[in-house]
Amino acid sequence: MKHNSENWLLKVEGLTKIYGNPTQTSIDKTGPLFDSNICPDSGSIVACAQIDFELYPGEVLGIVGESGSGKSTIVKMLYFDMEASGGQVSFNRDPYIGKNILNLSNQSKRAIRNHLMGMVYQNPRDGLNFRFTSGGNIAEKLIMAGNFNVGTIRDKSKQLLEKTEVPVPRLDDLPAHFSGGMQQRVQISKAIANHPPLLFLDEVTTGLDVSVQAKVLDLIRELQQELGVAMVVVSHDLSVIRMLTDRTLVMKNGRIVEKGLTDQILQDPQHPYTQLLVSSIL
Amino acid sequence: MQPILEIVNLNKSFTMHILQGKIIEALVDVNFSVAEGEIIGLTGKSGSGKSSLMKCIYRTYLSDGGKILFQSNEGTIDLVAAGDNEILHLRKTEINYCSQFLSVIPRVAALQVVAQPLLKKGVTAELANEKAMETLKALGLQETLWSGFPVTFSGGEQQRINVARAIIDPPKLLLIDEPTASLDPKTKEVVIEMLLALKKLGSTIVCISHDEFTLNHLVNRRIHLEKGIIIN
Repeated sequence: MKHNSENWLLKVEGLTKIYGNPTQTSIDKTGPLFDSNICPDSGSIVACAQIDFELYPGEVLGIVGESGSGKSTIVKMLYFDMEASGGQVSFNRDPYIGKNILNLSNQSKRAIRNHLMGMVYQNPRDGLNFRFTSGGNIAEKLIMAGNFNVGTIRDKSKQLLEKTEVPVPRLDDLPAHFSGGMQQRVQISKAIANHPPLLFLDEVTTGLDVSVQAKVLDLIRELQQELGVAMVVVSHDLSVIRMLTDRTLVMKNGRIVEKGLTDQILQDPQHPYTQLLVSSIL
Repeated sequence: MQPILEIVNLNKSFTMHILQGKIIEALVDVNFSVAEGEIIGLTGKSGSGKSSLMKCIYRTYLSDGGKILFQSNEGTIDLVAAGDNEILHLRKTEINYCSQFLSVIPRVAALQVVAQPLLKKGVTAELANEKAMETLKALGLQETLWSGFPVTFSGGEQQRINVARAIIDPPKLLLIDEPTASLDPKTKEVVIEMLLALKKLGSTIVCISHDEFTLNHLVNRRIHLEKGIIIN
C-alpha cells in the first residue's frame, strides 16, 4: 500500500467535552498552561478540548496521560458512550463520508457501533452483560451485526473463544465465574466479533497481574496483525503504549501536549510534561 | 550516482526541562553521504553522538535542523521533515533499525520474534518460521532455545535474536548499533558474514561499532564523531 496522507479512517477535529455551564473563555482559561481543567469563572470542567488527530487504517494509536487527563473521555465520545460538547469526527466509510458522525441519528450511531467499531473497557462489567453466558455475550454482538442463524452464531462464538484462548467448553458459563484475565479475553472476543475496522481499548490490562497482562497484550498484538484492525489504545502505562502502538498522543489537563512516533515520544520527548512522564518509568 | 542517504547540516540538541531547560548539544553541523550498497562504520567514544545520529536518521529523535535525504522507492524523502505516517511506512518497507539491546514483547517465543518482520509483511507462517529457523541456525543459537522467551536469555543469545530479526527481511537501509558486541569471536564472524551477504543483496548499512575486528572486516568507510562533530 502506497503511503497517502489522505486515506485516513477516522479524522477528529476540535473534539471537546465540557461539564457544567462554560463561559466563552472556559477553554482559554484551562489546560496545561494553567495546570487545571476547571474554569476559574464558571467552575465548569473541561474534560478535553481542541482534540485533533487522524487515525489510519490498520494503525495503532496510543493515548497516554495521567488519570483525569481526558484520554478515556475521547474514546467514550468516539464510541458514542458519551455525548460530545463540540467537534467534528469524520469516518471514511460509506455511507458516512463527508458527515460529522457526532451529529448522526441514534440509529446510525448504533449501526456504526454494530458494524464498524468495537470497544474493550477496563472493567469487563462495562463491556459484558453478566447475566448472559460468555457465548451469549458474543452472540449479542453477532446478532446486532446481522447474523441470525443460531448454528452459525454458535460456531463463530467458539472460533472467537478459541482465538482468544478461552477454553471453548466454557462457552455456556457466566463471565462472573471467570478470572479477570479470562473476562477480559471474552470481552475482546465480543469486541472483534463483527470484524470491525476500528477497535477502542481503554486501559485493558490495568488491574491484571503481570503474567496475564503479557498474555492479553500478546493477544491484542496478534489480532491486530491478523485482522489488520486500526486501534486506539488508551493507557497510563507507558510499557503498554511502547509494546502496542505506532504513534502516541500525550494528554494533560484535557489537551494533547505532544504527538509523535511512539519511540520518539519515549526517547526524545519534547514537552516538559512528557519528559517528566518518561523519566518516571520504573 | 546519487547517494542513497545524504545528510546536510544536521543539528540535534536536547532541552532538558527537568534541569531548568539545560541544553545538551548532541550533533553539530553533520554532513556526509552514503552511496547505495555501501557499509559505513560510525565510530567515536561513548557520548560522541553515534547513536544520536542513527536515531535522527530513524526519526526516533527529532532533529533541530538540517536535512536527511533518503532515496526511497517512491522518490527522495527528507526524513527530518517527513510526516509520521510517511516514516512509519518507510520503516515497514525500506528502513530497519537494530538497537544495541533487544526489546521484545514478553512471552513471545524467540522463533516468533525473529519471524515477526516477515509475518508483518504477509508472508505465510510456515515460510516465515522456516526462514527464522534457518537464520537462527546460521547464528548458532541452540535449538532448545527457539521456543523460549528471549527475556530469559544471556546477553549474547539476545544479541543474536536481535540481529536475526533485523536481517531476516533485507531492508534497503539497515541502521545497526553494535551488532557484534557481547558475541564470541566465532559468532562475531558469522554476523559479519551475514551483514556482507545483505550488502550483496543490495542493502546499504550504517553500523556503529567499537570493535576493530568488525570495522576492519565489515565496513567500506568510517565516519568518526567527536562531541557531535565529524572528524576526518
